[in-house]
Order: sequence, then structure tokens, then C-alpha cells
Amino acid sequence: MSITTTWYLLLAAILFSIGTTGLLVRRNPLIMFMCIELMLNAVNITFVSIGSHLNDLGGQLAVFFVLVVAAAEVVIGLALVVAIMRRRSRTNADDLKILGG
Amino acid sequence: METVVFLISAAVILSGALGVIFSKNPVHSALFMVQTLFGVAVLFVLLEATFLAAIQVIVYAGAIVILFVFVITLLGVDRAEDLKVEPISGQRPLAVVLGASIFGIILTVLIVAVGGPTGEQVANTPIGDASDNTKILGEALFSTHVFSVELTALLLTVAVVGAVVLSTRPTKPLISTLDKQQNDNLEDELEEKGEE
Amino acid sequence: MVDLVWLIPTFPLLGFLTLICLGKSVREPIAGWLATTAMAGSFLSVLLVFIGMLLEKNENRQTVFTLFDWIPAGDFKVDIGFLADPLSITMCLFITGVGTLIHLYSIGYMHGDSDFNRFFTYLNLFAFSMLVLVLGDNLLLTFLGWEGVGACSYLLISFWFRDRANATAGKKAFITNRVGDWGFMVAMFLIFFNFGSLQYLEIFNILESNQIAKTTTTFIVLMLFVGAMGKSAQFPLYLWLPDAMAGPTPVSALIHAATMVTSGVYLLIRVNPIMVEASTWSTGLIAWVGVGTALFAASIAVAQTDIKKVLAYSTVSQLGYMVLAVGCGAYTAAIFHMITHAFFKALLFLGAGSVIHGMDGEQDLRRYGGLRSLMPITAGTFIIGWLAIAGVPPFSGFWSKDEILAFAWNKSPLLWIVGIVTALLTAFYMTRQVVLTFFGKPRYLDAGDAGDAGDAGDAGDAGDAGDAGDAGDAGDEIKPHESPWTMTLPLVALAVLSVVGGLIQLPFSSSTKWLEHWLEPATFHNETHLHLSSSTLWVLALLALVSVVAGIGIGLTTYLKEKIDKQIFEKPILHNAWNFDSTVSRFMGGPGSKAFAAVARFDKQVIDGAVDGTGQIVKKTASILRRTQNGLVRTYALGIGIGAIGLLIWFLTRTTI
Repeated sequence: MSITTTWYLLLAAILFSIGTTGLLVRRNPLIMFMCIELMLNAVNITFVSIGSHLNDLGGQLAVFFVLVVAAAEVVIGLALVVAIMRRRSRTNADDLKILGG
Repeated sequence: METVVFLISAAVILSGALGVIFSKNPVHSALFMVQTLFGVAVLFVLLEATFLAAIQVIVYAGAIVILFVFVITLLGVDRAEDLKVEPISGQRPLAVVLGASIFGIILTVLIVAVGGPTGEQVANTPIGDASDNTKILGEALFSTHVFSVELTALLLTVAVVGAVVLSTRPTKPLISTLDKQQNDNLEDELEEKGEE
Repeated sequence: MVDLVWLIPTFPLLGFLTLICLGKSVREPIAGWLATTAMAGSFLSVLLVFIGMLLEKNENRQTVFTLFDWIPAGDFKVDIGFLADPLSITMCLFITGVGTLIHLYSIGYMHGDSDFNRFFTYLNLFAFSMLVLVLGDNLLLTFLGWEGVGACSYLLISFWFRDRANATAGKKAFITNRVGDWGFMVAMFLIFFNFGSLQYLEIFNILESNQIAKTTTTFIVLMLFVGAMGKSAQFPLYLWLPDAMAGPTPVSALIHAATMVTSGVYLLIRVNPIMVEASTWSTGLIAWVGVGTALFAASIAVAQTDIKKVLAYSTVSQLGYMVLAVGCGAYTAAIFHMITHAFFKALLFLGAGSVIHGMDGEQDLRRYGGLRSLMPITAGTFIIGWLAIAGVPPFSGFWSKDEILAFAWNKSPLLWIVGIVTALLTAFYMTRQVVLTFFGKPRYLDAGDAGDAGDAGDAGDAGDAGDAGDAGDAGDEIKPHESPWTMTLPLVALAVLSVVGGLIQLPFSSSTKWLEHWLEPATFHNETHLHLSSSTLWVLALLALVSVVAGIGIGLTTYLKEKIDKQIFEKPILHNAWNFDSTVSRFMGGPGSKAFAAVARFDKQVIDGAVDGTGQIVKKTASILRRTQNGLVRTYALGIGIGAIGLLIWFLTRTTI
């Protein structure tokens, strides 16, 4: 059977849901970040496959910008993680609950 | 042929993803992440987006994951977290439900949709072959979307500056104290640090 | 010149504000003269407006002057406006005229009192409120003045508040009035609900063009009558008026004789178009309550020993006559009697005050006697007032009372009979008062009887610098003296008015009935027509005259010649006012207070509980919802995820794919 766009989309969907579940389950901030990256990759796959289906460059352009923004986001996010985690080691996302009511 | 490549890369991607979320050791997660990213790059090549595949490998797998590894080693967060305990009650089941429902929704959309996914053409530029991909993408970027490109440049600059600011160790306290005693104490501290 | 009407309430208002700001910083008579000048200024304005109105033709005499918007709340729109028409200007004339005279009188009467300035502050505030009541062009403004005079009445009755009895009397007046105010408010709500407006002229227009249900108008009239009962001291809400004698005598003269108590009657006459639309049994009820109160109060006045109490019950009785007139549809007669009553009752009160002033605070009639030669002006004017109230022609009281009685006969002969009996009693008790005070032996020179000390227990007698305790002293020499010119001048002026006041409405022919024609723009020809032949009218007048002469005769025989034993008339039950007051007090203190406690409990638990309960519910809900904010990022991420799923599902179900 031939690979239609639907397959790619399905793959992206599975990847996205794996990423979501990972984000909610893991406590280590860095691994949570990596799950976010998984989700972004799923989105990238979606864009490119639909762009290819419609024979339009728009999908790839979108992926380009997603990539750039993801890079910037990772930079800032990791700087934040460094700034917070520097004081205390062995912390995870659950320990940052000062803003709780 | 295409099918085989697709299936193999799909297997690679999904196993890598599962590895990311299930590993205890963060370094292992990072490596599994690299695996996923490579798989996605292969998928891009399959879809004739060669430039993007290259960028994916260079930027994502080459830079971002390295960043992750640096931070892991810098901070020593490589100690394993206890995956058996879940402090927030109901989080795990709900997380699984959430993931499943997202997949379910997309599945529903794909099944119910008549005529497959449709959408309007945005860029109105046809995709060429794989060999021309860079050229066409470059042309499109720097003619119609040049403004966005400049903005991304600005964004990256801001991100770099922000990262530098965020991670500097404060040499002086941010809030200046009026107490001379405290000031003196601080100076003593710094002297000590300088001597180390 | 009619557009100067806004000056009328402004003068007393300015007087009040000035006096409030000056406080105690001015020395004694200045505050009094300031207040009197303010009232005189108001009186001059009224005169100018009156002359301006006279120059207009009859149809143009009703004008509304809107000052500004007061409450613009959607459908409910109330302006501050004055309705200058013959009825309001007539009331303003005697309010400001008699008011100025009483202000002048008070300068002499309150001389030496430590709260001199405060007195005049309150008096001016009262005058302002009364004028707003009368001039207001809508019910809400009238109600504002209504409440204002009620509040001032309270302030002035309990003027010497350091004596607890006076403060209690003031509270009683205020609370009894409040019961009446409830009726007024219900009527206002009903009127707004049915007519859509509170302005008098608009109400009358709507009444002309639309059919309002008879039950509605009847209910409105009855509720307004409840309000009038409170203010005009009709049975059973008359209780406060005798106790109100605890205030200084000028207060009794101004408020409880000439002005405030007439506001209830004024209100009823003002809404006479609604009254004619109500069913006849309601107006009949009003007439019977009026004449019943008149008889009731007159019977009590026969046995009173305090000079002011006699006049207080007399006021209740005369107000009963006015209410009787309103019930019979004789609006002109009611206003006529109101005017003449203002003259002679104020005269009588001021005269009584003069006597009290001259007798250094003694108020008991049994301690007077033979004061005629020592206080000639007071005696002379008091006698004129006596003749006027008794109804001796050609004094003013005869003409007004006779007209009311004629209308009473027209409605029902039974009403007339009760009225005649009351007239007889009126003549009798007034004669008794005059004789006991000014004629006979000087009983104040006798050694103090032990029995007199017991009268100090009469509620409300502890007024006038609390001198009741001194009555028992045998050693004190009381030297009765005439009062200063500031007090006797108003007496003379009022006496003159009492004599000639009847001229404005002589019943001989249509041309002499000046007041009736003058008031036409306000009564809208709603008055009952007298279907009596002139011979009947002559007979009725003659019978009235006979009853008056009989009353005076019996009075003179009993008290001057002492041929009849006065104990036949002065029964203790009459002295105790048919025990009505004590019955009410016992009821309110006993089963009444249990009911009040129950209501208070209900208010605290149910109503306050509901309000507090709402707060408690919010607090508890908040404390439950607070647990969602636990500060954990993963929980928030979960929330975002669930929300996103929900949104996606909603979009999916809405669109067709």
C-alpha cells in the first residue's frame, strides 16, 4: 500500500500524544523540556506532510520558523533552569510551589 | 520502497520517543531524543524537504540536544528521579487519558474527514524536486517573508542576551543594602572568593 | 412676580444654615432676630407672589417652577419643583405670617435660656421643611418636607432633652408619626405604580383621561389618610400631641397648632381629584373618624388641669373638624377652618405661654385665678381667642365652624349632631379655662396643696424649665406680670386676625365667598354641592349659636358663679383620656414587645442570616476552589491539556468535517 498523507499525520499524532503524556508524568525539568521538543517535532512533521500534499511551500516555511523559535525557547528555558537549579540540587518541578495557595 | 523507509523511520521515531519518557537517567533521555530527531530528519527527506532535514540535524540534534547535555552535566541533575512515586494524586491516570484523547481526537478527524486533509495554499509556491528545495525555500524566505526572517534574527539576539543575563552569577546583591555592616560582610565574602 | 416663589423656602433655609454655622458664638437676641428676619423675608416673598397671583386671571394661577432634576432614574423621574397655586400660597401665607409672629414671640419667651440659639436654628429648619411640604409639586418633595417637619417636631419637643420625660415625649411623637408615614409611603408606591408619575398635575391629568380602578383609588386614599392621621393627630394616632406639650410653648403654637398638624389635611385636599374617584364609604370613614376624634378629644379637654393640655386636646378636636370637612367634600371649609384655627389657636397657645411666663412656670389651672388685672393684654387677647374658638359671631371661628357643620348635615344628620355636641363641649371647656385663669380668686396665693404635687406626675408636664416641683412651695411669692412687647405684639396681631379672619368666606352670597373662588384652581370644582335651602342654613346656624351659648352659659355657671358642682364634668376617666394611652402602652409593653422581639429575631436570623450566609457560602466555595492553585506546574499543565481537549471536542461537534 502507498503511504498517504494520513499515515504521516497519524505518526505525528502518536508522537504528539507521547510527548504530552511525558510532559505530565515526568518531574525532571530537563526531561519535561525534551517532551516539549517531541511535541514540536510532531507538529513539524504535520506541517511538512500537509505542505507536500498540497504542493505548497507554506508548510516548510512554517517549519523553518518553528525551528528558529524552538531554538530560542530552549536557550531561554535552559537559562532559567540553570538559574533556578543552581541554588539547590536534587530538585524537580514539584519543589517549585511557592506560588501555591 | 517508500513504505519500508517510512515504517522503519516511524519505528525509530516512536521507540525514541518512548525512550525519552521512560528513561530514568536524563542522559539516556537525551540520547533517545537524538534518535527521534534523526528519524524525523529521514522523514523529511522522504517528503522531499531536504533543506529542512539538514537543518533539523544541524540545529536540533546538533545544537539543542548538546545544550541539554551541557546543562545536565553542569547542574548534576543526572541523578535519577524516582519514577515509581507520583506525589500528585491522579496525575498519571489523567495524563494517560489526556494523551489518549488527543490521539483519539486527531484519529477521529482523520477518519471522519471526507477527501482527506485539505487546506488552502498559503505560500502559493509549488514545491520543486528535492535538489531545488534549498533554492526555492531561500527565494521564498527572502522575498515574500523577509520581514519575518528579520524578526527571527531579532528574536535570536534577544534570546542570547537573555540567556547571558539570566545565568550570570550576581556579584553584588540586586537590592542595595543600606547597612554598612552588611556591605562590609559582603566585601569580605568577595575577597575570600577572589582568593580562592 | 409669581416666579419669586423659590425665595419662599430659601429664606428660612439660609437662616438655618447661618445659625448652624454661627452656633453659640453670637449673644442672645441676635440669633432670634436673625431667624425672625428670615421668616419675615419669607413672608414678604409670599406676599409678592400672592399679589402677582391676584393680578393673574383665575385660569393662569397654577404654575409649576422646576428648579432642577433630582432623581432621573429611568421611568422614575422626580424634579425639585414648586407648584405655585392658590392652595399652596394660602398655606404659605399663614405659615410664614403666623411663623414670623411666633419667631418674634420666642425672642421674649426664650430669654435667658442657655440653648437660645439652638431653638431658632430648629425653628428655621422647621419653617423650611414646612414650606417645602406645601410648595412641592410632587409627592416625593411633599414627603421630604413631611419627614423634615416630623424630625424638627422631634427636635423641638425634646428641646429640653436633659429631662428624660421630654426626650421620651419627642420619641413618642416621632414614632407615632412614623406609623402614619408608612401609610403615606404605601400610597406613594401605589400612585407611582398606577399613574407612572408622582407629580400632582401629571397625576390629575392621567386621572382625567384614564379609568383607574375604584379599588385602587380607594386604597390610595385610605393609605394617604393613614399618613394624615399620624400627622394631624386623629384617633388612634393622636397620642403624641398631648405629650408634645413638653416642648416650649412657641413650639406648641407653631407646630402643633398652626402648621405641622395641618399638613395631613393639606395632603388630603391636595389630592382631591383622587378622593372623588374613591368609593363613598372611604370618604364617609374619613368624616366619621374626624368627627369621632373631635368629640373624643373635646370630652377629654373638659377635665384637664394643665393649661397647655387643654389646648392640646382642643387642637386634636379642631383637627377632627377639618378632617370631617375633608370627608364631606368641603375642601374650602376645611381650609377656611385651618386658617382661622391657625390664628386663634396660635393666639391661645401664645397667650398660655405668656401666662406661664408671667406665673414663672406654673402650668396648673387650679393655681391660677384673677390674672385679668395683672396681665391685661394677655387676658384681652386670650378672651378674643376664646370667643373665636367657641364660635361666637362675628369672630372668625363661628363662620368656619358653621360652614363645616352645614356640610356635615348635608352628608348625614348624625354627623351634624356629633359636631354640635362637640361645639357645645368646646365652648364649655374653653370657658372653663378662661374663667379659671383670668377670673375668680387668685388661687396662687393660697398655701400649696399637697394634692397639687401629685400632678407633677402627669406625663409631659415637666416642661417649661421643670418648675412643676416648685408649685408645692408655700413660701414662694409668685408675682404675675405682663410679658414684654416681643410677646404681646404677636398676641395683639393674632387677635386682630382672629376677629377679621372670617371675612374671607362669608356664606351670604356667592360674591362674599372669596376663598372658595380663590381656591378653585386647586379644588377643580370637586367640592360637594350643598343642596340645602337657605332657610335650612339659617336654622343650622341658629342651632349652632344656641349650642355655643349653652356651652358658655354652663361654663360660666359652673366656674364663675360656682352654682353647679364641677365634679360632674371633671371625671377622672376623662382626665386620664379614657385610659387609651395607658392601654396602648400596656399592650405594647406586654404582648406587643413579644411580637417585636419575634420580628427582631426573624430579622437577625433570616434576613441577616441570608446576607451573612451568602458571604459564608462564598468563603467556603473559595476555600474549596483554592485547592486547585497548588503551585505545581504539572497540575497547571494538566489543566491546560484538559482545557485544550475540551475546546477541540467542542469545535469538532460544532463544525461538519
